[in-house]
Amino acid sequence: MPSRPQHARDPHVELVDIGKSFGGVRALDGISLTIEKGSIHALVGENGAGKSTLGKILAGVIAPDRGQLLIGGEPVAFRSPREAIVRGIVLIAQELSIAPALSVAENVFLGTEPRRAGFVARRALRRRYDELAAAAGFELSGDLPGRALRTADQQKVEILRALCRDARLIVMDEPTAALPRPDADRLYQVIRRLAAGGTTIVLVSHFLREVAELADEVTILRDGHLVRTAPAANETEDTMLSSMLGRSLGTAFPARRPVPAQAPIVLQARGLSAPGVHDVSLDVRAGEIVGLAGLVGSGRTELARALCRAQRVTSGTVSVAGAPLTGQGPSAALRAGLAMIPESRKEQGLMLGRPIAENVSLASLTRLSDLGLVRRRAERQAVATVLGQVGVRVPAQGAPVSTLSGGNQQKALFARILLRGPRVLVADEPTRGVDVGAKRAIYELLTSLAADGLGVLLISSDAEEILGLAHRVLVMRAGRIAAELRGEAMTEAAILTAAFGAPDAGTERGA
Amino acid sequence: MDQQDVTQSRASRALPSLRPSAPVASGLRRAGILYPFLILFIVLSVASGPFFTRVNLLDILDQQSSTLIIAAAGTLVLVAGGLDLSVGAIYALAGVTAAHLALFTSPTVAIVAGIAVGLGVGLVNGVIVTAFRINALIATLAMSFVVSGLASLVTAGNLVIDYSHPGFADLARSSFLTVNTSTWTMLAVVVALGVVLSRTTTGRYIYASGSNAEAARLSGVRVQLIKLTTFVISGGAAALGGVIDASRVLSAQASNGETTLTFTVLAGIVVGGTSILGGEGAMWRTVVGVLFIALIGNGFDLLGLNPLYEQIALGGILLIAVGYDAWSRLRQS
Repeated sequence: MPSRPQHARDPHVELVDIGKSFGGVRALDGISLTIEKGSIHALVGENGAGKSTLGKILAGVIAPDRGQLLIGGEPVAFRSPREAIVRGIVLIAQELSIAPALSVAENVFLGTEPRRAGFVARRALRRRYDELAAAAGFELSGDLPGRALRTADQQKVEILRALCRDARLIVMDEPTAALPRPDADRLYQVIRRLAAGGTTIVLVSHFLREVAELADEVTILRDGHLVRTAPAANETEDTMLSSMLGRSLGTAFPARRPVPAQAPIVLQARGLSAPGVHDVSLDVRAGEIVGLAGLVGSGRTELARALCRAQRVTSGTVSVAGAPLTGQGPSAALRAGLAMIPESRKEQGLMLGRPIAENVSLASLTRLSDLGLVRRRAERQAVATVLGQVGVRVPAQGAPVSTLSGGNQQKALFARILLRGPRVLVADEPTRGVDVGAKRAIYELLTSLAADGLGVLLISSDAEEILGLAHRVLVMRAGRIAAELRGEAMTEAAILTAAFGAPDAGTERGA
Repeated sequence: MDQQDVTQSRASRALPSLRPSAPVASGLRRAGILYPFLILFIVLSVASGPFFTRVNLLDILDQQSSTLIIAAAGTLVLVAGGLDLSVGAIYALAGVTAAHLALFTSPTVAIVAGIAVGLGVGLVNGVIVTAFRINALIATLAMSFVVSGLASLVTAGNLVIDYSHPGFADLARSSFLTVNTSTWTMLAVVVALGVVLSRTTTGRYIYASGSNAEAARLSGVRVQLIKLTTFVISGGAAALGGVIDASRVLSAQASNGETTLTFTVLAGIVVGGTSILGGEGAMWRTVVGVLFIALIGNGFDLLGLNPLYEQIALGGILLIAVGYDAWSRLRQS
């Protein structure tokens, strides 16, 4: 690689007056910006601001309606991602695509395997993989099967895939959205190393702190317009946030209401064990938000699913409002008053092709029917009421729920819970993949649900979120509750130490 | 049937969150098979004198009554995310069982027994698919061999003839308001299952199970029970169809129906626009889809076209229907 002279203006990609509409809605309008070779260029903005669209235009996934794309000063018009790849531009999408049955090396060279007489040359494949991984500085065995990879390692495979296709510009769409902090840190190092080696990185991200730490330049988008492109050194989280929103966001978290001392325990687990969960005991009081922190894979989601009977329990008891939970399956838990917002709203939460109304009323149909016939007027009114409570305006309840934005889809799930009216809510990553505005709305929802006397168990990978909302924090490690933090002890450092297993974190519970 | 909810969409101001291409695609998807059906209907009415006559149209309905009954139940199975390839075999088994029993018991007992056999096979299908988690395609395919074999056992390979027991024919051949009872039975079944699918909580749970089984489960829906129920209904409907047709011709044999019927039913449902992937579909679609295929056959007969081309046309239409479904899903996502 030729060494890059410092501070030289060496444009890799130039966008001139790019515009794109979907139907009648303008996703991007008059975007002009220059991306320097070997730089890390971040695109930030709320959901729907157009940052992902811009990334996709760069990578040839979407063709712009107007404007000009120049690569190294030369105008190009990509008609497909393949044409962009030929010009050295590769997109790593948010949803990773790893073939579970193939090895890491086979995944990396998928479609470009070294061949001899029509057969894959296995030894050459391994050698080239080792060279590539060494060049990128990854310690990832090429023999591991794709299904065994953690998200962070899947990302490495995607990056190696891009590199073996000779990518000189990699667009990464929310690469750290599903990563716990230490993995994210490692990915940052990788990104820095790539950039130092001359690869240009375009980073689409929600995480402003990550952008401030990592990027050379930041482009802020709002409603499809470019607010500004500036050196990241000149930006802080606050300056970016206020430009994205067009206003200054006050305190990010609504005020916590103290839990009355004699508030009854609404959720109690004693010695609960299930696959991935070992001997967990916990209490949640009415009106209390208990944060459940821990690394991805520490058993948080498994615990949530075991509590809600979505997963078979091997031993231990769960009680809701004093009554032991009996019966099988989530329907039994729901009848007892224990509801869950699942980790993945698309895979476990929503019926994407079905109308909004059906999605919201699904858990409450017994109440909205006579002799098995759905009372449609009552249903419509009830759905309209709860959608109003969660702050979702819909054009028509009959429209498919997939037409809503990510944040509104998540709020529709809250509307389903609200309509059902449980005693306890287990919310697993309720703000994943939603924009800043929707996040704030969901924080308020959680707080007001608790204020109404619900017990809330909040799972989140975002330590700030947990610290900002929870009255008390439980940290999981290796399937057990490793620490319970209250009051002054609730700090990001304490959560991280407990999650990683240092002994001095909070009040350590005996095994 | 599901149109009222959607058409009342008030023109709202451009919501930034609304993805504009989706409503357009789903609008096309909603209309779907209706236009081709109407066009074919009009073309046949113009091109063939005998087509648009009471006798011919009632004849089509009567001939299709068992197919429509089975397809109506099959719609529930497909919407719930399942697939039933054993309906042809159940049709045959129920037909020969009823025809055989009609030889020495009352027609009512024979009919009830035939339908009960179908419900029983449907229950076995449902248990295999839900309790043992075996893929519905393989499970019902395997069951179709078993059931066909049972049908051959009942008949010992012969044609069962009930000409000396004309009472058995009353189920299909009686007439009420000048329309055959088989047609009335079909209408009753189609309307009843249509109401179940579009108006009841069970119908909602069927859609939910097929659209996103895990989401449905977490919302308290007993997905496996719902799926099992659809298989039982499908078995019962296939049996009813078999019994009706045996009653119509006062005879039955083990080779009745078989795979042709299974695939005609499936083709009708899919051409109508009910998705093979579950979660989408409606009863009116199945009715229109089955009748569309019937019209093609009727048109070939009336216009004296070479029936060899009928199969080719049918296959082409099926591919277009499935391709269209895939295309509109692609547009939606």
